[in-house]
Amino acid sequence: MANEIAKGPAAPGVAKVDPILVADGVRREFGGLVAVDVEHLEIPRGKITALIGPNGAGKTTLFNLLTGFDKPNTGKWTFQGRDLAGVPAFKVARIGMVRTFQLTKALSLLTVLDNMRLGAKHQPGESLLRALVRPLWRKREAEITVAAEELLKRFKLDAKSDDFAASLSGGQRKLLEMARALMSKPVLVMLDEPMAGVNPALTQSLLEHIKGLKDDGTTVLFVEHDMHMVRHISDWVIVMAEGRIVAEGPPNEVMKNPAVIDAYLGAHHDSDLGADKIAKEAN
Amino acid sequence: MDLIVALQSSFGELITAGTAAFVLCAIGLAIHFGFTGLLNFGQAAFAAVGAYGYAIAALDFKAPLVLSVLFGLLCAVIFAVLLGIPTLRLRADYLAIVTIAAAQVFKFVATSSAITDPSGNVITGGAEGLSEFGGTFYSLNPVPAGEYQVFGNSLTQDQIWVDIVGWLLVVVCALLTYFLTRSPWGRALKGIREDEDAVRSLGKNVYLYKMQALILGGCMAALGGMVFVINSQTVQPTVWGTNFTFTIWTVLLLGGATTVLGPIAGGVVFFTLFAFIQKVLEGLVAIHWMGSLTIPQVGQIRLILVGLALMLLVIFRPQGLFGNKKETLFNG
Ligand SMILES: Nc1ncnc2c1ncn2[C@@H]1O[C@H](COP(=O)(O)OP(=O)(O)O)[C@@H](O)[C@H]1O
Ligand SMILES: [Mg+2]
Repeated sequence: MANEIAKGPAAPGVAKVDPILVADGVRREFGGLVAVDVEHLEIPRGKITALIGPNGAGKTTLFNLLTGFDKPNTGKWTFQGRDLAGVPAFKVARIGMVRTFQLTKALSLLTVLDNMRLGAKHQPGESLLRALVRPLWRKREAEITVAAEELLKRFKLDAKSDDFAASLSGGQRKLLEMARALMSKPVLVMLDEPMAGVNPALTQSLLEHIKGLKDDGTTVLFVEHDMHMVRHISDWVIVMAEGRIVAEGPPNEVMKNPAVIDAYLGAHHDSDLGADKIAKEAN
Repeated sequence: MDLIVALQSSFGELITAGTAAFVLCAIGLAIHFGFTGLLNFGQAAFAAVGAYGYAIAALDFKAPLVLSVLFGLLCAVIFAVLLGIPTLRLRADYLAIVTIAAAQVFKFVATSSAITDPSGNVITGGAEGLSEFGGTFYSLNPVPAGEYQVFGNSLTQDQIWVDIVGWLLVVVCALLTYFLTRSPWGRALKGIREDEDAVRSLGKNVYLYKMQALILGGCMAALGGMVFVINSQTVQPTVWGTNFTFTIWTVLLLGGATTVLGPIAGGVVFFTLFAFIQKVLEGLVAIHWMGSLTIPQVGQIRLILVGLALMLLVIFRPQGLFGNKKETLFNG
């Protein structure tokens, strides 16, 4: 697996055979605290990459930086060869790099269906002048609605489609946010803790959705604490601790890495990383 | 005192251009606050900018009606852009503070005699304000000369004309708002009201939408300001104070901020009640039920009642009289 994805032996910052996102020297400080300090990072195209690390490791901050929601002190990065440093968040999303938020951002007083429709691209009616001329956007609106309903069905939210998003449970909002992000058919989708709060009955199907994305050619980068999920669906794992990338590699190798066990268990000894399980597999 | 007569003549308020002027401002504020979540506490300044723009174009440039109106709107657009550029990238409260301050600054500038034309005349008219700029409007009046009885109030043909135009503008702005807020453009605005980062993450230019909303709602207030001064035939700098802005807010919250009919219904209910309470209080003074209070003094009681009503409204019916209960049920 390592050979298929990485150019050399698995190590922090290893070059990839076919990277979609390449970051260099990305550093973000909050006051005296260095939240992110990534020397070199490459995300493989068409794969599912997990970004793991203890709370406060800087995963969310790195997401914010890469997607234009925050500005680094230094650093540059490219997406599909295009320089993205300083590009505003909405433009980053438009060129196909769409993220979700750790703290869910459902649009409460919009219906579930309208939440979904807002995720779509190329709706001419979103411009002020064309909005007044319904024939200019009615056809596209119908297409968008069909696509939205299809996705809602896949995420088992179709029964809720006319309700305000405010009426959804926390887990359902997470699902809605992910489904909404998919409306634009992103090239790279970045999910910040997509499973947090989601009903366990739904996690299995959510895993299948994410694998399905890969089959459709979408690259996935996700932050997750659930090691079962990481092991189950990711092709590659990147580990962060204290703002730096401390390890990366295929899931089974990474989880045997003493630096990882250290970083993780150093932070929470009672975490569900499953140290025993890792140890067993190592043997 | 006859309550029926008082009620009937209060309904006269319902159709005045003065009410239409506030309704126009409130529809604009619905676009700002109700649909986009922009906290604008300087809507009076947008109305004032439109009114002064119109009056100055008519007086100083002798511009025809259409050009005067367009100039008033242009002034409102520029005002919106000036306020929007530094604030719309920041958190919502920055716009609130800047609009309050801008409204004050505008009032001072209009009152001062700082801005003069080459021959030394104060362009804004200073503390006296401007008047006699309505000629191009009233000369187009198709209503035959005469006295008209409406709800027991007698109106001149000129009053009828400005009432008609004021309410026609309300209809046009309400329809425009109705269609826009039900379009994908309006959906993006509502999304921004809920969470602008989420909308940004979906590839929408939030800053542009907020600027467009600020301009559009500001232009409606500018139209309201023009109707207001054409109706009263004078622009006074003192009119556009916090009272003016908070009357607009009351009208909006009374009717419901997230609907198009809300500002209209709010305006009609507010001004009818306002006039009715005044008449009742005057009647009570006439029959010596108000102790030693005089008519101007009881006028102040109205304002206290309005404040009380606004408080009760926001506490017990935050969605307004006509808003959708669900739409505020989950707020907060
Ligand atoms: N806006 C901010 N201001 C100050 N400190 C922040 C801010 N955002 C994150 N941090 C700090 O940066 C570090 C990394 O946080 P975060 O990226 O949220 O970690 P993770 O997502 O890996 O749990 C933490 O110590 C956090 O407290
Ligand atoms: Mg996080």
